[in-house]
Amino acid sequence: MTMHDTKPYEPVFTPERRAGLEELLKRYPTKRAALLPALWMVQEARGWISDTAMTEVAEVLGLTPAYVKGVVTFYTMYHLHPVGKNFVQVCTTTPCNICGAENVVKALLQHTGCGELGATSPDGKWTVIEVECLGACGFATPIMVNDDFIESVTPEKVLEIVRKYS
Amino acid sequence: MGFPHKPHPKETVVLSQYFGDADARSYAGWVQRGGYEALKKSLAMTPVAVQDIVKASGLRGRGGAGFPTGLKWSFMPKERTRTHYLCCNADESEPGTFKDREIMRWTPHALIEGCAIAQHAIQAEICYIYIRGEFTEPLRIMEKAIAEAYQNGVLGANAMGSGKRIDQFIHRGAGAYICGEETALMNSIEGKRGNPRIRPPFPAAAGVFGLPTTINNVETLAAVPHIINRGADWYKSLYLSNPKSTGTKLISVSGHVQRPGNYEITMGFPLKDLIYDLCGGVKPGRTLKACIPGGSSVPILNKEESESCILDYEGTVAKGTMLGSGGAIVFDDTTDMVYQVMRLAKFYAHESCAQCTQCREGTAWTVRILQRILAGEGTIQDLDLLLDLADQMTGKTICVLSDSCAAPVVTGIKKFRGEFEAYIKGARKPVMATV
Ligand SMILES: Cc1cc2nc3c(=O)[nH]c(=O)nc-3n(C[C@H](O)[C@H](O)[C@H](O)COP(=O)(O)O)c2cc1C
Ligand code: SF4
Ligand code: FES
Repeated sequence: MTMHDTKPYEPVFTPERRAGLEELLKRYPTKRAALLPALWMVQEARGWISDTAMTEVAEVLGLTPAYVKGVVTFYTMYHLHPVGKNFVQVCTTTPCNICGAENVVKALLQHTGCGELGATSPDGKWTVIEVECLGACGFATPIMVNDDFIESVTPEKVLEIVRKYS
Repeated sequence: MGFPHKPHPKETVVLSQYFGDADARSYAGWVQRGGYEALKKSLAMTPVAVQDIVKASGLRGRGGAGFPTGLKWSFMPKERTRTHYLCCNADESEPGTFKDREIMRWTPHALIEGCAIAQHAIQAEICYIYIRGEFTEPLRIMEKAIAEAYQNGVLGANAMGSGKRIDQFIHRGAGAYICGEETALMNSIEGKRGNPRIRPPFPAAAGVFGLPTTINNVETLAAVPHIINRGADWYKSLYLSNPKSTGTKLISVSGHVQRPGNYEITMGFPLKDLIYDLCGGVKPGRTLKACIPGGSSVPILNKEESESCILDYEGTVAKGTMLGSGGAIVFDDTTDMVYQVMRLAKFYAHESCAQCTQCREGTAWTVRILQRILAGEGTIQDLDLLLDLADQMTGKTICVLSDSCAAPVVTGIKKFRGEFEAYIKGARKPVMATV
């Protein structure tokens, strides 16, 4: 499911960001190839990617909105709706699973007040999701809080992490 | 070295020498450690001469398939009439594997140098380094190192004064295991959904943007400068078992060992020594139950097989498994194999790109049956059903993700059947709610 902006839409690609995108376009022989980087620019600016933003990206890169949506929905890291201020991803794939990752998830849900996976806490500060292998299996359990990668998280360490980001 | 641990005397430290040494990250630090000598040497050679050294070294792809690297490079057109590309595969998403991350975090210039040498060998002006979206720290480090390489004239219009253009750009992924598959990776660079492509055409004929392309894994490329510096004969001599598997290999060890980490071994090293000596074995009071030696996509070994398995391409095949990407997942006797096989299947169901029916339906169905068993509602026929399904999922799809889901299911049932039956017969308490 995708969502629309609630406020009047301000374009993401200001002259400044547009210049940044132009630089990126020099790296590729097609405009389409800059789609993933352009979507990252949107998410960095807005925290998520709305339907209107997809339409804007489509215009900027000469694609159709439907095409852009098809790509956005393929990749799990693009948010289709707003998320909590702290977006937490916890690996629960086998190597971490056997080292207790599911208990880390439980501790996170409890201490952030999220209650359940994917839901945002009542204070709007936290969203916790389970993800597949984060490529750091020897450091079980790795979690990501926004862009910060935190290794070797145990249920005991969760409270401290939650306090730090609150 | 067994990062984050100190090197063990039984390791052969080549790629991991500077893991943990933050000074090696900078351009100056890298040059101080002999960096970019191999690139200089290579640029003075013909592309074919570089290919020949890599061929003679016996280096094989470290991304999973083990294809001879020099041979792969030689498939690129000899005459460059169109743009050629190199894609460096830094998608590292195979559960159990975390070596490429460490190479990029600690020795970013080793990767840049390896890519540049490969670019020269295949006459590719442009290299895209495809880094998975979750690797925020490696991304920052690689971006900084590439900027430094440009500032110091290693990259750019006149790379190391050679008169040749060598460009390297990072392309950030956005969360999709399948983008590690080489043709999906190329689609992702092109701004498309990461669906694998039907082959032929092969990438050397029509790869990214329809042009000749070579795709190599991070570890493969990082090994190349060492081969150029120290020679093919040196690399070729690094083997303990079979001369077809040469060099060193980073093995990522995860799961139930006392010291998980990245260990660098000479090809042919016994898995038993890796688990017990280098990693300190399982926790006191526990015993080894199983090991998946090459990342989650390869067949599971039981205790006896693990303890007699040789870590190289042939040694793993001899035990009915594969070296894969070198991610050894270790399970001790506290492991519920049924639950973990379900968890693995769930990974593949989540990551299927859904193009092929056998994969899309098969992975999802496999998970449902396994969850039914874990809920205490399975029947003995379910085991045959799972095996039948696995058969339908093997060798019939565009890429091997489907086969990868089948492998742990088949070997799990074959080697730990009793545990599945215990759930079915009610001898074991259900661990999942009714599905
Ligand atoms: C489903 C799937 C996922 C893969 N993921 C990766 C990956 O994350 N990293 C990687 O280097 N190779 C991965 N591969 C293997 C690549 O397709 C390709 O063989 C490899 O990058 C080639 O490099 P090499 O010859 O240096 O090993 C994957 C293959 C499949 C089928
Ligand atoms: S096997 Fe699965 S992942 Fe591979 S192309 Fe087919 S549907 Fe996609
Ligand atoms: S399984 Fe958790 S990081 Fe790989």
